[in-house]
Amino acid sequence: MSTVSNTNAGPAKGAVRVMTGNEACAEAAIAAGCRFYGGYPITPSSEIAEILSKLLPRVGGKFIQMEDEIGAMGAVIGASLAGAKALTATSGPGFSLKQENIGYACMAEVPCVIVNVMRGGPSTGLPTLPSQSDVMQARWGTHGDHPIIALCPRGVRETYDLTVRSFNLAETYRTPVILLLDEIIGHVNEKVFLPDRIRVVERVKPGADVTEYLPYQDTDTDVPPMASFGEGHRFHVTGLVHDETGFPTNNPEKIEHVLRRLNRKIDRYADRIIRVEEDRDENARVGVVAYGSTARSASYAVRLAREEGIPVSILSLLTIWPFPEEPIREMANRVSDIVVPEMNLGQLAHEVEWAACGKARVHKVNRIDGEPIHPQYVLDAIRAAARGK
Amino acid sequence: MSFRCEMRLSGEGGQGLVLAGKILAEAAAIYQGINATQSQSYGPEARGGASRSEIILSDEDIDFPKAVRLDLLLALTQEACDRYVCDLKPTGVLLVDSDAVKRVPEGPFKTYRAPVIRGARETIGREIVANIVAIGIITRIAEVIEEESVREAILTRVPKGTEEVNLKAFELGLSMADRLIAEEAGKPGAN
Repeated sequence: MSTVSNTNAGPAKGAVRVMTGNEACAEAAIAAGCRFYGGYPITPSSEIAEILSKLLPRVGGKFIQMEDEIGAMGAVIGASLAGAKALTATSGPGFSLKQENIGYACMAEVPCVIVNVMRGGPSTGLPTLPSQSDVMQARWGTHGDHPIIALCPRGVRETYDLTVRSFNLAETYRTPVILLLDEIIGHVNEKVFLPDRIRVVERVKPGADVTEYLPYQDTDTDVPPMASFGEGHRFHVTGLVHDETGFPTNNPEKIEHVLRRLNRKIDRYADRIIRVEEDRDENARVGVVAYGSTARSASYAVRLAREEGIPVSILSLLTIWPFPEEPIREMANRVSDIVVPEMNLGQLAHEVEWAACGKARVHKVNRIDGEPIHPQYVLDAIRAAARGK
Repeated sequence: MSFRCEMRLSGEGGQGLVLAGKILAEAAAIYQGINATQSQSYGPEARGGASRSEIILSDEDIDFPKAVRLDLLLALTQEACDRYVCDLKPTGVLLVDSDAVKRVPEGPFKTYRAPVIRGARETIGREIVANIVAIGIITRIAEVIEEESVREAILTRVPKGTEEVNLKAFELGLSMADRLIAEEAGKPGAN
């Protein structure tokens, strides 16, 4: 871990800027130490690629536009194995194409960051319009039992911070991290002050002894040190289930062992990974759980509800995977009703329901027509819940 | 009482409404220290298709970055005018392109008609700067963002080599607004 000066984040440090979430994401990637971008442009994520194609060469990094999203994800994995912090950005159908290689990165424990600026789906869907319908794909888009980390910012400054955090988490836990923006966050221009200094994490590497290196070694942390290709260590990387050496195995004990560790290395650190923000009213009988741009609409609705004299709490999820089960359970113990607004048909509402475990009724507020969820919709749901309907 | 001002610039793709919104947001946020957001909604077409750009200005943090009740609506097409006029506050301002919007909706709001696109084409010689002409009118009639701030923001955002023509377009907008305000003041019943 080290704290570095934010020297590469473009002009005017500490000065006020008006920028979009996509711009903030690209600048934050550079500041976090990203030196490789492999991608294939797709609306509404394309600005991230466009900006990094200019910024990366200036800091000695590499930008490559691949033949498609599958190749782009492969390039990102290769770059990371060679030691570079690597990023790709995509949307909707591009995220679908990347899934196979995201699974490979999970299995081979390759740190990398995948940005998905969510647009309406399924398929080509609504290229220019917002949605939050990939939250389950972020969790289960690739096959097999594997953990994943997914973060979801609510605004431009938070996109900057969570992009840096995505790289830090990827390097800390040797895992792919998914950053879920939506079209509103990607394209909204906001007034921001970028930080002068940020905390940057570097991956743990093995010792100098190249003969004893086990790329998937059991360690106290459950995160094996990772060598960079080209620095002397030789090892085998595969999507097949492997033992500590990295070579495939069919030994049931070893299979169970590595898959358990793969899941444990995220599960055991869930408390550190999960971030939520709660604006609590101790008298509230109604709670709201929201994430991404919808959390902004929900905050507005909560403000209006309080002005009407309805006490209400709001929990914003900055981490959606691993799922913030504990904070939601706590909320369910204090309130009778939880409103969950989402620009999908209730993907995370089901998780909230599961975490609430019958302690609070869950009310879905959904919109899938390419328009943002208007605060009035959330306010109506809060009012109805407060009346006990 | 906190202040929140919402504006929507609407028309079709290719009219530069997104850039116009960005300029207004930047003028407010960078040169006047007001909180500002600008967002957009457009179709997959490069030109044509409905397009809108929204600017929210506030002295507080802006939670919802999209418009809820409009203080000002610019409509450069009939379709945009018809679709969005219902979002206008009774005390709001409707600004329409007088050639494109023939059927101007009735309402309690104040209405201004100006030949925005024709002005850009005939007076400046470039239809493409209609968005900047519109910014000029809005600056003067909305009285939220200062003229000088908008001028600065135009200069930093427009492509190099086009500064002069854009500033001329801005001045045209300001003078169009002066005429509209004078006409409004001359109407019977006006204060």
